[in-house]
Amino acid sequence: MKRVIKPVAFVAALLPLGFLVWHGLHGELSANPISDITNETGTWTLRFLMITLAVTPLRRITGWSSVQRLRRMFGLFAFFYGSLHFMTYLYLDQFLDFNSILHDIPKRPFITVGFTAFVLMIPLAATSMDKIAKWMGGERWRRLHRLVYAIAAAGVIHYLWLVKADTRPPLAYAAILAVLLGFRAWFYVRPRFAQLRLAARKEAEPA
Amino acid sequence: MLIRNQDDIRSSQITPEGSYYSRREFMRAASAAGIGLAMETLVPGRILGQDRWPRGKKGPYDTDEEVNSFKEITTYNNFYEFGTDKSDPSEYSGDFKPRPWTVEVDGAVKKPAVYHLEDLVKPYKLEDRIYRMRCVEGWSIVIPWRGFPLADLIKRVEPTSRAKFVTFETVYRPAEMPGQQRSVLEWPYVEGLRMDEAMHPLTLLVVGLYGKDLLNQNGAPIRLVVPWKYGFKGIKSIVKISFVEQQPPTTWNISAPNEYGFYSNVNPEVDHPRWSQKTERRIGEFFKRKTLMFNGYADQVAHLYAGMDLRKYY
Repeated sequence: MKRVIKPVAFVAALLPLGFLVWHGLHGELSANPISDITNETGTWTLRFLMITLAVTPLRRITGWSSVQRLRRMFGLFAFFYGSLHFMTYLYLDQFLDFNSILHDIPKRPFITVGFTAFVLMIPLAATSMDKIAKWMGGERWRRLHRLVYAIAAAGVIHYLWLVKADTRPPLAYAAILAVLLGFRAWFYVRPRFAQLRLAARKEAEPA
Repeated sequence: MLIRNQDDIRSSQITPEGSYYSRREFMRAASAAGIGLAMETLVPGRILGQDRWPRGKKGPYDTDEEVNSFKEITTYNNFYEFGTDKSDPSEYSGDFKPRPWTVEVDGAVKKPAVYHLEDLVKPYKLEDRIYRMRCVEGWSIVIPWRGFPLADLIKRVEPTSRAKFVTFETVYRPAEMPGQQRSVLEWPYVEGLRMDEAMHPLTLLVVGLYGKDLLNQNGAPIRLVVPWKYGFKGIKSIVKISFVEQQPPTTWNISAPNEYGFYSNVNPEVDHPRWSQKTERRIGEFFKRKTLMFNGYADQVAHLYAGMDLRKYY
């Protein structure tokens, strides 16, 4: 069972791309397929970021230690879909017109924040291998990878800032992110409260 | 049915598809024909392939450009009354009943009235016009509309000197229009034109496209088309037309005043605050194209805005 999880999850994570390609080849995308590809790859980037952030809370709550091994894979898939999304924008939307791209990025806030989110993913993807994590040292690695919180937030803001009027989908992701970050905050704060209580009790004890 | 058989093109005028269309367009047109046939009651005497848009003589308002397919025009829509995805209007407008329909005309006119749709349209010979439509989102499409100039209706109702603007209102029926159950926009949808824009020969009241009555997702049974402005100015499923003195509110301007102005003329020089308007993607094409001033209708409409700062009056 344990040995099967990773390959199964890997295949499952490729399914969104598979469906996109399938629909594309069969003319089942909408009349504006490039827009569909941009939207789908963007949505799955955000979803994999959320899935990655859900792993640790899931493990802490259920005690399933095996999910932890999937976290890196999901994170890399977030980077994968993010790269596809960015490349779709660069090539299929802008046709590698770097002049207009470089003009767009600082001028359009939703592109600025989206580009920032993507750029921040790069060091995380680059340091995802065990060897590199060891070389960096656990503490430095953990601190770098805390950037995922900023990346996820930037992704949600990117989505919120590009919709015309229907803010429900991006706000739904914002709510999910808030819950996931809430868990992290709780795990961080709880042991410190316990420590404080312990310290207070020790002080109150007669010597 | 508003579209009468005698206006249809004789079979002898239809160009044999092999010689006129390239293979790719033929495949697209053939699938559109299939859908068109499925949607339409077969009337004896109608010819197979009528659902492909046969280009007759080019009218004075027609564009030369390739007409998009029936499928593209009827399945890729922004009509938030039915939902905000592009496929929502065609998927979720099935319950909408465009008949019976009345249109109220009131305000600063000598002849206010409530018209049954058939009586509203009856005096006019419907024209087919092939117009470009440019959405504010950055895509565009070419549609063979069927309708009559708004100017003709305006002359009929005799506006007084106090009529400076024309305002339009969409029907409000949340039971039949599921998107209206949420306030993604303020309902009912309203739009407006300056009097000279409304009187312009390009401005159409449209009741059909591709030679057939409008489908629900395209704004049945009657809608406005103003081809030199962004598509959201083309208000759909109109129930009220009023003549007023002051510049009226418009729904997208209410939703985001710094992004959507009253005029909303297609203008590559004036970007949307969040995205550029310099280019557009024509539906069906891979490469983007440069957006044209006034959507390519500058020769016909630029004079309406002479001396106006189009950045200020976006």
